[in-house]
Amino acid sequence: MLKTDIIIIGAGPVGMFTVFEAGLLKLRCHLIDALPQVGGQLTEIYPKKPIYDIPGYPSILAGDLIKNLEEQIAPFKPTYTLGERVETIERTEEKMFTVQTNRGSVIQAPVIAIAGGLGCFEPRKPPLSNLSQFEDKGVDYIVRDPEKYRDKRIVIAGGGDSALDWTIFLSEVASEVSLIHRRSSFRGALDSVDKVMELAQQGKVNLITEAQVAELHGTDRLEHVGVKLKSKDIKLIDADYFIPLFGLSPKLGPIANWGLNINKNAIEVDTFDYSTNVVGIYAIGDINTYPGKLKLILSGFHEGTLMVQSAFKYIYPDQKLSFKYTTVVGVNGFKE
Amino acid sequence: MKEQIVIKVTDREGVVHELEAPTDMGMNVMEVCKSYELPVEGTCGGMALCASCHCYINSDHELQEASEDEEDMLDQAFFVEDNSRLGCQIRITEAIEGLEVTLAPVSE
Repeated sequence: MLKTDIIIIGAGPVGMFTVFEAGLLKLRCHLIDALPQVGGQLTEIYPKKPIYDIPGYPSILAGDLIKNLEEQIAPFKPTYTLGERVETIERTEEKMFTVQTNRGSVIQAPVIAIAGGLGCFEPRKPPLSNLSQFEDKGVDYIVRDPEKYRDKRIVIAGGGDSALDWTIFLSEVASEVSLIHRRSSFRGALDSVDKVMELAQQGKVNLITEAQVAELHGTDRLEHVGVKLKSKDIKLIDADYFIPLFGLSPKLGPIANWGLNINKNAIEVDTFDYSTNVVGIYAIGDINTYPGKLKLILSGFHEGTLMVQSAFKYIYPDQKLSFKYTTVVGVNGFKE
Repeated sequence: MKEQIVIKVTDREGVVHELEAPTDMGMNVMEVCKSYELPVEGTCGGMALCASCHCYINSDHELQEASEDEEDMLDQAFFVEDNSRLGCQIRITEAIEGLEVTLAPVSE
């Protein structure tokens, strides 16, 4: 089991920069994120968008800001658990929390900083009344193992890259693939669009556009998918699996179960040090709320900076903390 | 030029709100709704990247056509109708004085 000084939940820009500020105080950090890569919404939603309100950068692409942050925190040797979502936080000793993820990773630290942004990114679920009834019984939001679909009848919904790519891939695996999309044009990469059109012409993909999945039917598991056509008629398609691919959206998720004071999907903090109502747990960045809160990256950087000062005093109450300016001695990273 | 216009926003409970909006601040419908604390998330900050400001246009104002980015995002939204738009892509100008919109339902 891994032990560290601060567990940072959320590896977006604020969680990442906090590693730097903690490192200056010789505190080590472990970052956990539900996404498989660092950067949070900057890499997941808008890597190619310019950001204009980072001090010192008239304009910087979101993806580049994250690359720079990775470089900036590297001397402090952060460790990572990516692609896993924190499920539980337990106080196992007076000054020790044990954190467990959905994949069974266990990490311990005296301090937790929640830098969860908007929450965990989870697949967008279409509003079908009996959708949850068929989860794991024919409805999958993520393709984990394509072999599962061998010789099965698959209905995919969506118009983006993942819908197109999986349609192409599964057309070779499944016995039948239908792709349902709201419009007649697609937003995905051009060559994938061309390929899907070609497969449709060859009869290898059943392409239904200007349509939406409206109904799911089955007794013990999924048997038919009802597709609402432009004419408003419902066309029933025999299906073993329905895979809706509508991208990801953030949800507060398990954060709501950790005994923290929540106000409108955000964690209430004391602006003195961004501590929550639970001693040893802090919340920084877009996930927190306080009077006058602004959801800005730069505000999150400030919050993380003050927070680690408080964390140091909490972990080492008898040690004097002297603040060092990096301009005087540069950045002294960790040797290992 | 008119410095303030009024738009009518129907929330998800069916309550109609008349919102005053300045035309000289480069604002959009999503931002105006947020400033009146209507339940519009505006998660992505107005980049047509999240669809949390999805709404329906009820009046017959001539709006700028939806960009490919906006259509792409609507592909990932639910409850999409022919009059669906993203509030963040509708700029507050004199031309939309009296615009009537309804907030689209949110899915779980």
